[in-house]
Amino acid sequence: MSPASVFWALLRRDARVARRELPSFLVRTIMQPVLFIIVFGYLLPRMGFVQAGYTSALLPGIIAVSLTLSSVQSVALPMVQDFGFTREIEDRLLAPIPIRLVAIEKVVSGALQGVLAACVVLPIARLIMGPIAGLHLPNAALALGVTLLGSTVFASLGLVIGTAISATQIGLMFSIIVAPMLMFGCAYYPWRGLDAVPAFKYGVLINPLVYVAEAMRGALTPSLPHMPLWVACAAMVAMSALFLAIGLRGFVRRSMS
Amino acid sequence: MSDAIFTENLRKVYAAPSMRRFRGLSSRGSGPPPIVPFAPVRTTDKGVVALDTLDLRVREGEFFGLLGPNGAGKTTTIGILTTRVTPTSGRAMVAGLDVTAAPDRVRQRIGVVPQRPNPDRSLSTLENLVFHAAYFGIPLDRAEQHAVDLLKRLDITDKADARVDALSGGQQQRLMIARALIHEPQVIFLDEPTVGLDPQARHDLWEILRDLHAHGRTIVMTTHYMEEADQLCERIAIVDRGRLLACDTPERLKASAPGGTLVEVTLDGEAEAAVTPALAVAGVTRAEAHGTGLHAYSERGGEAIPALITAAQSVGRVVTNIHLTRPSLESLFISMTGRKLD
Ligand SMILES: Nc1ncnc2c1ncn2[C@@H]1O[C@H](COP(=O)(O)OP(=O)(O)OP(=O)(O)O)[C@@H](O)[C@H]1O
Ligand SMILES: [Mg+2]
Repeated sequence: MSPASVFWALLRRDARVARRELPSFLVRTIMQPVLFIIVFGYLLPRMGFVQAGYTSALLPGIIAVSLTLSSVQSVALPMVQDFGFTREIEDRLLAPIPIRLVAIEKVVSGALQGVLAACVVLPIARLIMGPIAGLHLPNAALALGVTLLGSTVFASLGLVIGTAISATQIGLMFSIIVAPMLMFGCAYYPWRGLDAVPAFKYGVLINPLVYVAEAMRGALTPSLPHMPLWVACAAMVAMSALFLAIGLRGFVRRSMS
Repeated sequence: MSDAIFTENLRKVYAAPSMRRFRGLSSRGSGPPPIVPFAPVRTTDKGVVALDTLDLRVREGEFFGLLGPNGAGKTTTIGILTTRVTPTSGRAMVAGLDVTAAPDRVRQRIGVVPQRPNPDRSLSTLENLVFHAAYFGIPLDRAEQHAVDLLKRLDITDKADARVDALSGGQQQRLMIARALIHEPQVIFLDEPTVGLDPQARHDLWEILRDLHAHGRTIVMTTHYMEEADQLCERIAIVDRGRLLACDTPERLKASAPGGTLVEVTLDGEAEAAVTPALAVAGVTRAEAHGTGLHAYSERGGEAIPALITAAQSVGRVVTNIHLTRPSLESLFISMTGRKLD
C-alpha cells in the first residue's frame, strides 16, 4: 500500500466528481471570460472604441483569468463544504497517508482543472475574436507549462482560501479578493501599459495574476511587450510555494482538533 | 504485543475561542462568572478539559464499551485513537503503534464509524464505499464486490446508486458502518453507532458486530444504551468528565452496583435539605442530592416511596416525579456520575 496509489485514488475520486459536474464546472469557470471576450474582444473593436490590436493583449489575459477562476474555485469551494458542518472530508482524512498529501492532491486536481479551463477557452476566444495579431501558437509546450504553473499558483491560493473561510463568507471572498484580483491582474491590459500609472505598475506586483497573465503573453504573443518570461515564472514558483505553505498549515489546523 | 489499545495519562484540553468571545462580551462587569447549571466539564483559562489523564487498555480481539454521559470525553477519546484529535499530553497506542508518531500506519489498521454521519456527498452510496476502499489500496473489482455485500448486509442495496443526500439519517448511519468495514480493519471504532437506527437495524448491527468479534477483530464502541453495552461488550469503561471511573466486565460492574433499588425523587426545588430525613427512612442505605433530584437507594424496593415523600414534605418540598431503577449498570452509572444516560 503505497502513498502514490492512495494519491491516485484521491485523484480518481476528484475526476469522477468533476466529470459529473462538468456542465456546471464549465459555466462557473468559462462564463465570465467568454462574456468578456464577447464585449471587449468582439463588440468594442467593432464599434471602434478599442484598437483592433487590443485583442492580442486581451487573449493571453483572458486565458489567465479562466485558469485562475477555475483552479481557485475547484479547490476552495469544495473545501469550504468539506470543512463545513458535515465534515465530508473526514473519509479522506482517514486514508492511510499523511494528511498533507490529501491537501496536495486537492491542489493537483485543482491545477489540472485550471489547465482544462484554459484549453477550453483558448479556441472559443480565437473563434469569437477572429484573427489575432502576433498570436504565436508553435510555443504550445511553453504555453502549457505556463498554464500549469499558473494553475498551481491559484490552486494553492484556493487551498489558502478554502481553509481560511467559512461557507457564509464565500460571497464576500469573491467580492473582496477575487474581483479586485481579476481587475488589477493585468489580464485585460498589459503590465507595460501601466507605465502610464507608476503607482499601479508597482502596486499590482503583489497580485499573482499579473505574473500568470504576463507569462501567458510571453508564451502566446512573444512579439508584443511583456514582462520577461523568467521573471514571471520565478514569481509564480515563489508564490506557489508561499501559498502552498500557508494552505498546508491551514489544512492541518482545520483537519485536526 | 497483546494490547490493541493502550493509553497512558491521556489528556486533551480544547482551546475555547467561543469562550473568549463570551468573556469579551461580559468583561465590562467584574462580577463573578455566570453560573452554568449542571456544567459537566471543567474549563480552565486555557480551554475545555475534555480528557483528564485517561488510562485505558483494550486487549486484542476484545469487545470494549465506553459509557459516559454527554460531554464525558468519549468522542474525544475515539478522536485521539483514530488520529483525528491531537492529544495535549500523554500517550496513546493503537495496534502497537503510537497515534502521534505513526498516524498513517494507525489509520491503515482502523475503521471508524463517526458519531455524526459524514459521507462524501458528491458520490453515490456505492461510490462512497468503493472509493473509501481505494484509499486503502483495495483494487476496484474486489472493492465493488465487497461493497455490494456490505450494502446487502446493512439492507441499503436499493440505495446503492442514490446520492447520499437521498438517504435517510438511519440509512446514512448504515452507510457509515459499511464504510468502516470495507477495508477489513483490525480495530473498529464505533461512536454511538445505533443512535437513529430502528430496532431491526440495531439488531442487525449487533449481529454484524458479534460476527466481527467472533472473527477476532477488536471493537471499541461508545453507547448510551446500557442494554447494548451489557449484551455486547466484554468489558466496559465508565468515563465522566474525562476521567475513568470504572472498567470491568458487565457482570462485575453490575455486582458492584449499590445494593437495592434506586428511587429517584424529583422535587420542586433543591434536594439538599431532604437528604437527612431521607436517610432516616427505614430501608434506605444511601441518599444523595443532585440538583432537584433526590437519589435514595432502598433495600425494600418501592416500599420506601411514601416515607420518602413525607421526608421531602418535612423540609417543605413537593415531589414532582418518582422513578425506580433496579440494581443494574444503570444504577451503578447513576451512582458514579450522578447523572442518567439518556
Ligand atoms: N472541537 C472541540 N472544541 C472545543 N471543545 C470541544 C470540542 N470537541 C469536544 N469538546 C468539548 O470536550 C468535552 C468532551 O466532548 P466529547 O465530544 O468527547 O464528549 P462525548 O462523551 O462524546 O459526549 P456525547 O455523549 O455528547 O457525544 C465537551 O465538554 C465538549 O464541549
Ligand atoms: Mg460523543
